[in-house]
Amino acid sequence: MHLVNHKDTGHEELGNTLVSRILEFVRFVRENDFQIGVREELDALTVAKHCNITDQKRLHWGLRSLLCSNSDEWKRFDNLFKIYWLQPVKRTSHLLGSIPGGKLPFDTDPENSVDNQEIKEINSTQQDEQGDEPVGQGGTRSGASQHESQLKTDFRFLTDSQQMQRMEEMVERLARRMRRRLLRRYRNLQRGQRIDLRRTIRNSLSHGGIPLELVFKRRLRRLPKLVLLLDVSRSMSFYSYLFLRFARGIVGAFKDADAFIFHTHLVQVTDALHERNINIVTKRLAVLSAGWAGGTRIGECLQSFNQHYAKRILNSQSIVMIFSDGLDTGTPELFSEQLALIKRRAKKIVWLNPLLGRDGYEPTAQCMQAALPMLDLFASAHNVESLLALEPQLAKL
Amino acid sequence: MSETPHTENKLVSNLQRDLFEAEYVADQSLSSTLLLMTKLQRPLLVEGDAGVGKTEIAKALSKSFDCPLIRLQCYEGLDVNSAVYEWNYQHQLLSIKIQEARDLPTSEKHIFSEEFLLKRPLLEAISLPRSPVLLIDEIDRADEAFEAFLLEVLSDFQISIPELGTITASSIPHVILTSNGTRELSDALRRRCLYYYVDYPDFDKELRIVRKRLPDINRQLSSQIVECIQSFRKLDLRKKPGIGETLDWAAALIQLNVENLSSDPELIMDTLVCVLKTRDDRNLVTKDVLEQLVMKAG
Repeated sequence: MHLVNHKDTGHEELGNTLVSRILEFVRFVRENDFQIGVREELDALTVAKHCNITDQKRLHWGLRSLLCSNSDEWKRFDNLFKIYWLQPVKRTSHLLGSIPGGKLPFDTDPENSVDNQEIKEINSTQQDEQGDEPVGQGGTRSGASQHESQLKTDFRFLTDSQQMQRMEEMVERLARRMRRRLLRRYRNLQRGQRIDLRRTIRNSLSHGGIPLELVFKRRLRRLPKLVLLLDVSRSMSFYSYLFLRFARGIVGAFKDADAFIFHTHLVQVTDALHERNINIVTKRLAVLSAGWAGGTRIGECLQSFNQHYAKRILNSQSIVMIFSDGLDTGTPELFSEQLALIKRRAKKIVWLNPLLGRDGYEPTAQCMQAALPMLDLFASAHNVESLLALEPQLAKL
Repeated sequence: MSETPHTENKLVSNLQRDLFEAEYVADQSLSSTLLLMTKLQRPLLVEGDAGVGKTEIAKALSKSFDCPLIRLQCYEGLDVNSAVYEWNYQHQLLSIKIQEARDLPTSEKHIFSEEFLLKRPLLEAISLPRSPVLLIDEIDRADEAFEAFLLEVLSDFQISIPELGTITASSIPHVILTSNGTRELSDALRRRCLYYYVDYPDFDKELRIVRKRLPDINRQLSSQIVECIQSFRKLDLRKKPGIGETLDWAAALIQLNVENLSSDPELIMDTLVCVLKTRDDRNLVTKDVLEQLVMKAG
């Protein structure tokens, strides 16, 4: 094995074949997007030793606790374990090298319960192994480039439902992590806990001048308050669902964030997004937006936002994020008037336009033209990479 | 390894039996994981919906190991002072005053000695002579900063106190962390821990739990209750009933001398306060719905 030399690890009693089988399994799991490092390879051997390797159930449970780190991985693990360990004839013969350079007959009889995608990955591992390249490097590289291409895919090109689901989860997780990153930026600026001398001395008066109660200076927490306005009109249909998932992540992570959707009307969806079950969220949103038809009227929607919500929701810490392509059937005058009102109340306005990611797009729509001078940030949001790029920008605002 | 496979398996079933005696019905896979946790001396992160018995694992484990349970309840704003240690300022000042009054020299060493140290859960857990069970409850509620600190403690099992020096664990505690998923935990923490996901129990397991916890319950009622609860979980409820709710409901029905769920629908509707905890859910489960469920449950 290229990463861990089992002679040095004190696992001799497990036997060479077994050690390599386990290490190979760990690597196989890693290639299926589990977050596993070199350390876990060693730990897996220890687990195997403790769990009595001949007891398949206990090995399964032990490795599951070690290698999984969230409920999603937990649910996928059983399948992976089954694929790898429970097809004994083919796999073992492969390890002993008795298959003469040919392909493994894996894809000819896939089990019904088994994910096709995962089978593919196991196949690719095997092909790597038969080439000249070192196995791990080849595997890692292909994983990385796949990941990279996922980051760069324009959301509108996602057609496969499985791919779509993965992307949705990724986007939502991204939003949740944003809070952590933003917070860290703020924390680093104001590290340190200090005694507030003035108030400590003031408090000591009641104890005859002895400072019994120490008062500490509180850290100021100034996370921006995010307000998201999502355009769900037909022209945005490729993106709106993903943006909703993004909004759900944001609303889940930032306690005081608010989200709205608009098309011909504007509706607050913060509560609906708070619901845990994604299917219920989808259902509720469908109810909320039922019967909407006709062109987008951004101006009117912003007006209703200003009339009903702005006073309560916006303050000098607010960052208003508008997700829209700016294709509008209303009058640009009303629109720019209302945007100016928001601008006065909020700290910053960010406009995310997925069209900006396309080659040759110029923001020539009347509405976009009117908005541009008032925006603090105008960015594309057509793929994961551009959403990622958003976070340092937000921190700067 | 000195243990043969046979004794290994026996250890697992022993632990399972001990947990059962501590009134916790554990799967074999959970007992196996807990055993692994004690052997590898790694913390165990337990996740799952609210009310599936995550916290109970730690309680039962401490009972079956016959060791103390130390609990650290996390909340937003939890800091080192309330989690690790704090100097007893009042006591220190008092001591200085007394020393002054007697014209004795006060030494700094005396003031910052263990006598004036208030041990909070984390410090207490590593300074016991025998390994306790340390339960860090709802870790996702604590701030990221605390999580990072915790990571350090959990990997080295030592805590440094500037005035006293570094305190190294005299015994390594069995650490169980629980999380509800209100916030994404850091990858570093997740990787440090073993992981276990607790799902809602299936019919048989839940029935065993009810009969273990409430030995007096009659057989028909208990299986009716569990059957109903299982179907409640399949409904589109805002808050799914957990095991705690099942037990509450069963206890309430025993108190009211109910023998059979189909006997008095009005009364049963009233007892649903134990199970359905939001107004939406109450409205969703009407008398008709309940009667249907009870019919199905037999």
